[in-house]
Amino acid sequence: MSRAAARRVLPGFGLTLGYTVLYLSLVVLIPLSATFLRSTELGLLRFWEVVTAPRVLASLQLSFGASLVAALVNAVFGFIVAWVLVRHEFPGRKLVDALVDLPFALPTAVAGIALTALYAPTGWLGTWLEPLGIKVAFTPLGIVVALAFIGLPFVVRTLQPVLAELDRELEHAAHGLGATGWDSFRLVVFPTLWPALLTGCALAFSRSVGEYGSVIFIAGNIPMVSEIAPLMIMTRLEQYEYAEATAIAVVMLLLSFGMMLGINALQLWAQRRQGAR
Amino acid sequence: MRRHLPLLLAALLATLGAGTAGAARVELLNASYDPTREFYVEFNRAFAAHWKASTGDEVRVRQSHGGSGKQARSVIDGLPADVVTLALAYDVDALRRNGGLVPANWQSRLPDNSAPYTSTIVFLVRKGNPKNIRDWSDLVRPGVQVITPNPKTSGGARWNYLAAWAWAIRQPQATPASAEAYLRRLFANVPVLDSGARGASVTFVERGIGDVLLAWENEALLARSALGAGRFDIVMPSLSILAEPSVAVVDKVVDRKGTRRVAEAYLRFLYSKQGQELAAKHHFRVRDPQVAARSRAEHPEVAMVTIDQAFGGWDKANAAHFADGGSFDRIYRR
Amino acid sequence: MAGGSVIAEAEAQLRDGLESAAARVPGQLGRAGLVAVALGYVGAFLVLPLVVVFAMAFSQGLAAFLQAIQDPDAVAAIALTLTVAAIAVPLNLVFGVCAAWAITKYDFRGKGALITLIDLPFAVSPVISGLVFVLLFGANGWFGDWLAARDLKVVFAIPGILLATVFVTFPFVARELIPLMQAQGREAEETAISLGASGWQTFLYVTLPNVRLGLLYGVLLCNARAMGEFGAVSVVSGHIRGMTNTMPLHIEILYNEYDQVGAFATASLLALLALVTLVIKTMIERRDPAARAARRGAGH
Repeated sequence: MSRAAARRVLPGFGLTLGYTVLYLSLVVLIPLSATFLRSTELGLLRFWEVVTAPRVLASLQLSFGASLVAALVNAVFGFIVAWVLVRHEFPGRKLVDALVDLPFALPTAVAGIALTALYAPTGWLGTWLEPLGIKVAFTPLGIVVALAFIGLPFVVRTLQPVLAELDRELEHAAHGLGATGWDSFRLVVFPTLWPALLTGCALAFSRSVGEYGSVIFIAGNIPMVSEIAPLMIMTRLEQYEYAEATAIAVVMLLLSFGMMLGINALQLWAQRRQGAR
Repeated sequence: MRRHLPLLLAALLATLGAGTAGAARVELLNASYDPTREFYVEFNRAFAAHWKASTGDEVRVRQSHGGSGKQARSVIDGLPADVVTLALAYDVDALRRNGGLVPANWQSRLPDNSAPYTSTIVFLVRKGNPKNIRDWSDLVRPGVQVITPNPKTSGGARWNYLAAWAWAIRQPQATPASAEAYLRRLFANVPVLDSGARGASVTFVERGIGDVLLAWENEALLARSALGAGRFDIVMPSLSILAEPSVAVVDKVVDRKGTRRVAEAYLRFLYSKQGQELAAKHHFRVRDPQVAARSRAEHPEVAMVTIDQAFGGWDKANAAHFADGGSFDRIYRR
Repeated sequence: MAGGSVIAEAEAQLRDGLESAAARVPGQLGRAGLVAVALGYVGAFLVLPLVVVFAMAFSQGLAAFLQAIQDPDAVAAIALTLTVAAIAVPLNLVFGVCAAWAITKYDFRGKGALITLIDLPFAVSPVISGLVFVLLFGANGWFGDWLAARDLKVVFAIPGILLATVFVTFPFVARELIPLMQAQGREAEETAISLGASGWQTFLYVTLPNVRLGLLYGVLLCNARAMGEFGAVSVVSGHIRGMTNTMPLHIEILYNEYDQVGAFATASLLALLALVTLVIKTMIERRDPAARAARRGAGH
């Protein structure tokens, strides 16, 4: 009843939805379908051959693996940053809060060049890390660093509002009921936070998998070791092998799309859970 | 931001207008590879003056630089380059294979294989050569870090790779298998594989990575003279390869734009005394014997193979080494 | 008056919460440790790269910096970047508003799928985002011959760069608005309509004032990303100096020409832009806590 009423009451359904679908189709769907169609030129056998080539598999493994590690690193440190930003008053808190968004706003190539300059053996941090035997730039570790940079705001920004909410409600009650710090964290804080944490990590992860600009400068790009999947697409392109490039692109697209679906399902589920409470 | 939009657009239009209004001047686009940036900046200026003096017309040459293969791809996909000046004939030939942008005889339309300047592959090492790198055999020593770009995407890297192969296959009792084994050990010493020649130079020079950079001779000389005064030495290996960067007019583009005359004059100017002198100034080995004689000190004699003589041409070299499943793919297989 | 007391109450609660949180963590030491870890992480990962950019930009003094950003090719790159952002951002702004209206004000089948599709460019590798337009509009693409016959250029020209930028920044405004408008519900609009307002009036005077700040926030992020995009634009640009080089591409070129000062000087302009974006955003949030709520559930 209320659904039908809303549709009747508010005008513009046809116009706005029509425009949304049209624009979405023109800008996103049709172009992406070109990728799919182009890759079918290969035939199933060649497609399989291209996407299961050892270098491609290694690069997919690296892209997804490094993104996962970066997401986990951010899960820990992003949590701490969000926690500190919400819970603690310290000088410069507002500044740090604002800075968290920097990776959104800073161009990826600038980030890549700056991180490389920083972590190369001659760089400010590199000179200190190198004698310790820690090599960052031009190793898979460098890729993780770049991806951690890219992903941090996703985790912090999804956690912050939930943490702020929590402060006023549940934990207060738990504390009032005599729970210890660790107990209230384990039993009250974490169960409430983890859907948001998971969502933030998943967002950071899906963004990281396709990242190119910030990674390419610091990666080292050694086949089987530090070659990321988007670079494999680039490499194929530069050899005029378009169908092969699109085949790798299609695999990445499908994986990314599956991930986006997962994230949205997760969000819906979390919403419903919160709604139920 | 958005309030200033009209202002910005007006400013932009004014800039564009100022660029086109004055005279009916011609614009050429030269799609080139990485280490020619400095050379073509100067050459384009010289050509504009030459063209103005001989025809009275204004010409402005715009530049696009990138990895040689990437540049060829862009032209194939519609980058309206009147001329291409790429790192190797194979990439120019790609314009013929994909869409017939140049005719089959493109390489014989200009003298010297359509390569007005040449270079070779040398070793750039840190000052004083602390790792004592003298020849190709030293590159596979444990603890030596070699910087070279990815031959799949960089023209310069293909020359590097083939030079190494040419040396390896000429060792006593060498077989293709032993040459491949040598390259496997060589690339095991490569810590960073940049996608272009210039990227590799930056890694070696600015980032300080590696003990030896495999580089175009002109790139190495540039790095030694302009950037790291006294920071680098150049080592000539016992055997290298004659690297012939090819140039060509892109027929499909110039015929559409009506720029054939000036585009052809542009490339011919590369062979002129002035063009050769500029190329020599930017550390290329040039064809003109008199100009070449003057810069001999910079370019010591070195035994060189050619791509045709040692590999039977680019098509064969490419199929054997850089295509899917070629030797380069195999050396990374575990 | 009433609003003031609510805020005061919230503040008191918050202070309460903070104090109790402080009491739980074993001593000042643990608390300081936690802050130190957070600051260290933010410092190493966010602040230092930023410092490097500015330090390198000014490493040879102000004069070299000024000279670098006044180079004609740099100016052309800046103009192109501004132009592209000035077109791409309004396009995505209109789309974002339409999409948010359609999604939050009505119920229909496939809404979840639509939201996922809107998010999709977000998860697509920038390299692919550029590639798709080459496949469509390149000389060998679907529309290649058609375009060539009419002497129209898309890839390796400004339209291609624009398309790639629009694609990459596609979800920003919509993603910002949808959760915000969802939270606000439909009652206000429905009331306005029942009182005789037209749809357009309802949007202008009822919806827009409520989402103004969220909208601005979305536009800011969209703009920052539009100006900073590298991977996608790199595929479609053709890198013609003074013509199709955007600022990020120009930075890469300078970097590759051993011109560290020039590269980082141009980069510092973009970094400055990022900082200005963050400052404006913080100011918005300070002025209106509702905007802060806009961030909730937005996920970024």
